[in-house]
Amino acid sequence: MYDRREPLIPTIGTVTDIRIDTPDVKTFRVVTLDGKKAFEHIPGQCAMLSIPGVGEAMFSITSSPTNEEFMEFSIKKCGCLTDWLHAMDVKQQLTIRGPYGNGFPVDTEFVGKDLLFIAGGIGLAPLRSVINYVRHYRGRYGKVDIVYGSRSMQDLVDYNEIIDEWAKDAGISVHLTIDREQPEWDGHVGFVPNYVKELGFAPNRVAVLCGPPIMIKFTLSGLFELGFDKTQVYTTMELRMKCGIGKCGRCNIGSKYVCKDGPVFRFDQLDELPSEY
Amino acid sequence: MLKYRINKLNELFSSIAENRLLYIPSDGTDGRAHYTRWQDGIVLSDKLNTVRSAKDFFFPQSENLIEFERNGKEIKVNDIRKEPEDFVIFGVRACDAASFDILDRVFLSEPVDSYYASRREHGIVMTLACDRPAETCFCTTFGIDPACPGGDISCWQSGDWIYIEANTEKGKVFLNGLDLAMEQCDENEIAEDKKVICERIGKLPINNLPMDCFGAGKTETYFNDPAWAKLSESCLGCGTCTFVCPTCQCYDIKDFDTGSSIRRFRCWDSCMYSDFTMMSAGQPRPTQLERFRQRFMHKLVYFPENNDGIFGCVGCGRCLSRCPISMNIVKVIKNLGGNSNV
Amino acid sequence: MQKVTRDILIDRAAELLASGMVNRVLGWRSGEFFYDVVPAVFRSEADMRDGFVFDDFCGCNFSKYLVKESARSDGRILVFLKPCDTYSYNQLLTEHRFDAEKTYVIGVPCDGMLDIGRIKERVGEGVIGIEAEGDELIVKTLYDGDKRMKREDALPDRCRHCKGKKHVAFDELIGEECEENDENASGRFEGVAELEAMTSEQRYFFWQNELSRCIRCNACRDVCPACTCEKCVFDNPKSGVENKAASDSFEEKLFHIIRAFHVAGRCTDCGECSRVCPQHIPLHLLNRKFISDINGLYGEYQAGETVGSRSPMVDYSRADLDPSEAIGKREE
Repeated sequence: MYDRREPLIPTIGTVTDIRIDTPDVKTFRVVTLDGKKAFEHIPGQCAMLSIPGVGEAMFSITSSPTNEEFMEFSIKKCGCLTDWLHAMDVKQQLTIRGPYGNGFPVDTEFVGKDLLFIAGGIGLAPLRSVINYVRHYRGRYGKVDIVYGSRSMQDLVDYNEIIDEWAKDAGISVHLTIDREQPEWDGHVGFVPNYVKELGFAPNRVAVLCGPPIMIKFTLSGLFELGFDKTQVYTTMELRMKCGIGKCGRCNIGSKYVCKDGPVFRFDQLDELPSEY
Repeated sequence: MLKYRINKLNELFSSIAENRLLYIPSDGTDGRAHYTRWQDGIVLSDKLNTVRSAKDFFFPQSENLIEFERNGKEIKVNDIRKEPEDFVIFGVRACDAASFDILDRVFLSEPVDSYYASRREHGIVMTLACDRPAETCFCTTFGIDPACPGGDISCWQSGDWIYIEANTEKGKVFLNGLDLAMEQCDENEIAEDKKVICERIGKLPINNLPMDCFGAGKTETYFNDPAWAKLSESCLGCGTCTFVCPTCQCYDIKDFDTGSSIRRFRCWDSCMYSDFTMMSAGQPRPTQLERFRQRFMHKLVYFPENNDGIFGCVGCGRCLSRCPISMNIVKVIKNLGGNSNV
Repeated sequence: MQKVTRDILIDRAAELLASGMVNRVLGWRSGEFFYDVVPAVFRSEADMRDGFVFDDFCGCNFSKYLVKESARSDGRILVFLKPCDTYSYNQLLTEHRFDAEKTYVIGVPCDGMLDIGRIKERVGEGVIGIEAEGDELIVKTLYDGDKRMKREDALPDRCRHCKGKKHVAFDELIGEECEENDENASGRFEGVAELEAMTSEQRYFFWQNELSRCIRCNACRDVCPACTCEKCVFDNPKSGVENKAASDSFEEKLFHIIRAFHVAGRCTDCGECSRVCPQHIPLHLLNRKFISDINGLYGEYQAGETVGSRSPMVDYSRADLDPSEAIGKREE
């Protein structure tokens, strides 16, 4: 028998719950065959999920490491594998390997700081892990603000959790917005970058940004206007990946491999990379 | 140092092949040298180097990784890895031997790639000094010495003899285990040959490219260099340079449905291909300029940045002779930073 | 030796650039050695004087570049085409791949282009110069001094059996136009005849041996003027055949055979596939087999000879053989 460890060989997981979040996002709960978590992770880290014969892809782990029972992945339907995942039923097995990447510095640079999370659409998925981690260790961090926007009310991921749990936590302010007016919506309407400026956060905190590139671009310049510095703003990158271990070459930018050295980068670190993305 | 009669080379090969698979460069039906499994009758090529590099032995063009069985909602993983057979590659040139160090830095860094690692452990590299380097050779640019070719065991062909010297413990043990009467000799016997090789190398047209201006920290210097547009303008976007390159190691992982199982395999991939970085969300390197730049920036700047200044090129010259449009790393080195004209 | 010199071509290109007739020139740029010329776009006379070459190593067929180049700018691009390149030019026009109004073709005569690989096969590595003397080449080598070889032995297969020295498309010609040379062209199908004379087992072994060397670099496809699909089926993840390398040994055959079928009737026999193959697989033999079959079954047809001609593969006439008859005829 061959006993050498091989990072490319996955373990089997079972999908125990599928939650419909939005018309094109579902959240999948995954445990190993013996009902446990596949591995420990840091908020912001990713895992490779695969249905053999369909494909393998990198997804951010949306559940917090403090969840000791299972892992969750919020996945948007946008390609061959994700179409398949969206069509499957519970008890389906899949393969899982990881954790990959660096994760957010939740136990170092974030500690003692006021935090500002800004997400657009499916961009909430990687942040949900950090937010729930921060909620779990609430005492370690200062004030928390969450700005989250989507095209419509129906496109807000984790809406129930946001309303029923996050918004009720002491010291956490949730600011939701949608792009266009809707009859049943009485909250804020408008794009995330503008909303962030309207809310006018003081620049003495750490900001975490995740969403479509255009949102990132405008929100970032909005934050600069508010007086934020690049060294205070984090984001998480998405690139095509195959191996997850910094060898296959696909996610190489400059001397960094997003799967290994990322996906979490501070904007001053991104500045040192060639401007390819 | 040991020596053995060159006219008894066949006996040397047969002794090596007794317990191991032996591969030597031999001329194929196309009249060019290819690594060939040695058996009686297979003759060592007199060509300078093989068409394909020797990286195949450790990082093959295509290899099966895992097998899966899918049954309804269930999935079974079959670990199909096997211990490779012991093998020897004979006749590896200094450039290709140096490429293994570069591949090692990728595949043997944590987390170790077990497929590559086990092949490395089971393989013995016997190099052969180059007595007639070609005009396309520039290994010395990267500090490689074709007169001392390296690997586990170095060999030199000179006069009636083949001179053999172990460089590693693995090589020593292997040589001691051969059932052959080799003569002990002084290494001065090939001093003159080494000198001739060095002189010949010194006369080659591109033997000493200016590399000081490349390496770690040069991203900003070259990334937006206007020369990229000109250099890449007629690139076909094929994968020839990457596939003949002994140091290119990007790969793809794919699934193949055998009918009864799903076989996950990996195969060489190329950053020159348009779909290399293609995502459902878009294409971050939309034109050949960005893909072309990535390949050379990786070899000349990014790789050294992560690997103690070592360049991702060994100067074997394969891309020089194989590129369909004759564009290659030498022209890139000479043109970046406004050095000269293409 | 080519009869037209570099300077004649530069002089004429300079006139056309100066008059505004064209705004750039697709030509060959000199390389590191005497043989490694690179296709390049020149934008000024000075640039051409500096790096333009036209010699025995300018084998590359520029026609396919016009698809990309003509979409790049509003102005006309001057392109130098050798007789065999003009067939590809016409074929691409037939397939509406670019606008002829955006190109200006100067037909240049060709005496056959040399293949450095063939030269090195004869004289070995370490080649630093070459001179022509009548039908012979004097090759200057690093280790063996000057070596002589027949020019004919340095020609690639496509030039050895040149299908004709007459341009089938041009805006103007430079140099003397030759009439078609049938004597040469008749040898074109010798390689096919050899394969046909084999038993099917021998033939299978032949292709197995040749195609097993394939590294799936796609150079043959990427250089082929008949392969201009925006998205090749082999690059499309949804096609089910997208694979970069072999998952089993049959894959490579599949790739080359499908490609040969796809270009059948459209392949002008320009021979670029074999020129660029880094593994020296005689890919042109697959295409020539199709050409020879089409000629035999449906009458002589040369793709690209005239713009707008319909290949027997996509044309129907009542005189056409029934497919079953064609198969029967092949088996005879």
